[in-house]
Amino acid sequence: MKNFFRTLSLITLVFIFQFNCNAAEKVEYLKTDWSFKGLFGKFDRSALQRGYQVYTEVCSSCHSMKYLSYRNLAEKGGPEFTEAQAKAIAASFEVTDGPNSDGDMFTRPGKLSDKFVMPYENVKAAQAANGGAYPPDMSVLVKARGGGVDYIYSLLQGYVDPPQGIVLDDGVHYNKFMYGNKIKMANQLSDGLIEYGDGTNATVEQMSKDVTTFLMWAAEPHLETRHQMGFKAIIYLIILTILVYFSMKKIWSRIETEV
Amino acid sequence: MSEKKTNRRDFLFTATYAVGAVGVGATIWPMIDQMNPDASVKALASTEVDISSVTPGKTITVLWRGKPVFIRRRTREEIVQAKSVKMEELKDPEKDEDRAKNPEWLVMLGVCTHLGCVPLNDKGDYNGWFCPCHGSHYDTSGRIRKGPAPTNMEIPKYEFVNTNTIKIG
Amino acid sequence: MSDNAYTPKSKFGKWFNDRLPLLSLANHLTDYPTPKNLNYWWTFGGILTFCLITQIVTGLVLAMHYIAHADMAFDSVEHIMRDVNYGWLIRYIHANGASMFFLAVYIHIFRSLFYGSYKAPREIIWIIGIIIYLLMMAAAFMGYVLPWGQMSFWGATVITNLFSAIPLVGEGIVTWLWGGYSVDNPTLTRFFTLHYLIPFLILGLVVLHIWALHVPGNNNPVGIDIKKPSKDTVPFHPYIVIKDGFALLMFMIVFAFFVFYTPNILGHADNYIEADPLVTPAHIVPEWYLLPFYAILRSVPDKLLGVVAMLSAIFILAALPWLDTSKIRSAVFRPLYRQFYWILVADVLILGYVGAMPAEGLYLLIARIATAYYFLHFLIVLPVLGYKEKTLPIPLSITEPVLGGSPNLVAARNKESFNK
Repeated sequence: MKNFFRTLSLITLVFIFQFNCNAAEKVEYLKTDWSFKGLFGKFDRSALQRGYQVYTEVCSSCHSMKYLSYRNLAEKGGPEFTEAQAKAIAASFEVTDGPNSDGDMFTRPGKLSDKFVMPYENVKAAQAANGGAYPPDMSVLVKARGGGVDYIYSLLQGYVDPPQGIVLDDGVHYNKFMYGNKIKMANQLSDGLIEYGDGTNATVEQMSKDVTTFLMWAAEPHLETRHQMGFKAIIYLIILTILVYFSMKKIWSRIETEV
Repeated sequence: MSEKKTNRRDFLFTATYAVGAVGVGATIWPMIDQMNPDASVKALASTEVDISSVTPGKTITVLWRGKPVFIRRRTREEIVQAKSVKMEELKDPEKDEDRAKNPEWLVMLGVCTHLGCVPLNDKGDYNGWFCPCHGSHYDTSGRIRKGPAPTNMEIPKYEFVNTNTIKIG
Repeated sequence: MSDNAYTPKSKFGKWFNDRLPLLSLANHLTDYPTPKNLNYWWTFGGILTFCLITQIVTGLVLAMHYIAHADMAFDSVEHIMRDVNYGWLIRYIHANGASMFFLAVYIHIFRSLFYGSYKAPREIIWIIGIIIYLLMMAAAFMGYVLPWGQMSFWGATVITNLFSAIPLVGEGIVTWLWGGYSVDNPTLTRFFTLHYLIPFLILGLVVLHIWALHVPGNNNPVGIDIKKPSKDTVPFHPYIVIKDGFALLMFMIVFAFFVFYTPNILGHADNYIEADPLVTPAHIVPEWYLLPFYAILRSVPDKLLGVVAMLSAIFILAALPWLDTSKIRSAVFRPLYRQFYWILVADVLILGYVGAMPAEGLYLLIARIATAYYFLHFLIVLPVLGYKEKTLPIPLSITEPVLGGSPNLVAARNKESFNK
């Protein structure tokens, strides 16, 4: 059994080494402490609420979040706005509904069951309005980028003047964390750009962190449940493994062979 | 000595089986629960209907939670007819006042309580509804009068938002 | 099943068993004499059965919510992740389950290679195993297409284009596979159908795999034939059941860690971007378990020969019982083979590594050397080794060491690195 585990751990080490090799090639992203990482990681509610504010006031004019509904804002494990707050947020948006009995589309205030209102009718319209570049839907953006939250967080703060010798086309911007460094999105954040409802100082760093947290939740709305359930499941499995181990010892002791 | 040993072994095995069974149960539950209505279905709880164009004696049918809802603006005769029925005559006794808060408007799930077909308007022996599947007759209050259906047609939760709009659910 | 006649005790049991001998089958399975010296590398058969059942059950559940349509597949997966009760859990189990399945199957295959389990009289078990492995790859590939992300789409495009390497009919076959002029909705729906079908084919083959196993009985770490039942064997239940159960639980802890804490680490970020036929991702890489074969494919500069090399790398395994000419099964008594075995393990790991890297410069060179060595191992090393190698004396029975054993055997057991 000892040798079995020695070989197994050796193979595991080789695998981990491989993963690290892959990781080593990537850019060094800006680091910050994410509350949702780790075995018991949870979202910071106020960061999520602030992040939602950044999204609505800054990002949502170009980026859709088509998989989210206003009801999600009040759900457990999310920003946890109260139901009344979420209803008010939903009602502040005009939603196209219909057709009515005359066959016409009409607008009405949003309801909890509505999806987030999209800034553009379709991808083509989005491209047309943004010089051919499609602002990606942000519902699963964090999971759709190799660097995840660190990448998004860094990118938002990565706008610098291009190094000498690099010529940028019209409507193209330089970002040190963007793949290939050229990005169609202009720098959106500046200190004091928005006024947080809870009085937090809206620095670029603060807004980047908040909106990234919000995007992480949007991509993994069940993250907290997953962490909690995972911990219970693993503890349970360990207990059962120990019980089975001793049962096995007992059973095999009948025939004098070590297991 | 040997007896004690047996006991301990038995306890160990029992504990292992018991803990194992808990795990199996906990694993099966998600597989069952996934078939229950999901969060997006549960969220679609209510729908608002514009009733301004419904004249007396007309019924409109709207969809709520995937089922038809009959909204009927009843004529005076129909209301009188519905109110005059004696409770003893009913299979599922229910007063008309309890079924139609505003007597002019009857809002009910258009689903026959027998096996779920949609009854036809202005048909049957009681001037109400008639289910073509197995011949259930409903009166002008949607109460079962004749045929195999066991209960009256269900009244959903609804409210008048204003004189022209009903919110169902 | 050559068991002694079994008669159920109850009258009804006897009546039933005379008509459908299920009770005899159950009795055969519980009493099945198993070598008692099996180590933990032998527990992966049970673990794989668990993996297959897990994939089938979670897959059935997912199919209740998934929509196989190019316009809706991605949305329906997000619907599962967000709204379906426990949908995220079930999908993450299914997605990581595929990786766990392959991890277990690779250990299972390499265990066979080490202990010579593919040799006579177990060739049929081995070949059925290879077919199962091939079907697993097909199922995994098609399953990866279903979420209709960027990797799904471009993976499907690249892999189906492999068939275009076939002279004359290649292009026609690819169009036929696609049901159009590119990977599109018809491709998705047929992949879904086949992805649903294949696991049940695998299940059937697993039954045959086990049936074929129960004819000669298990190989064992010493690799000698044993009499069964004898003092060298134990009944499958409870001895092997509890041991397999213990190993399975350890495996499940690792599995649970992936599902609950790093559910996306084995996938590609690009697959969370909806399929776009106009944009190819910067790096197209298959899932980790296909990387060694992907490396072999890319190491050959010719399109057709690359495909041939990749397929040969798998099919060569089917010929293994005849390529390995040694009469001794277990590597424990084959000092030279043992070294070549570990070189092969390293070779495959290297292939996997370069498969994930861009096919250029040093990586390409390494891939070519590793590919050449892979074939060298099976086509030259194994046949020659069988004749040249000086093997260690093998014991007469697996209980011999317990009973005092020969000095040779003790020496051998001290040297070997695999036994418990």
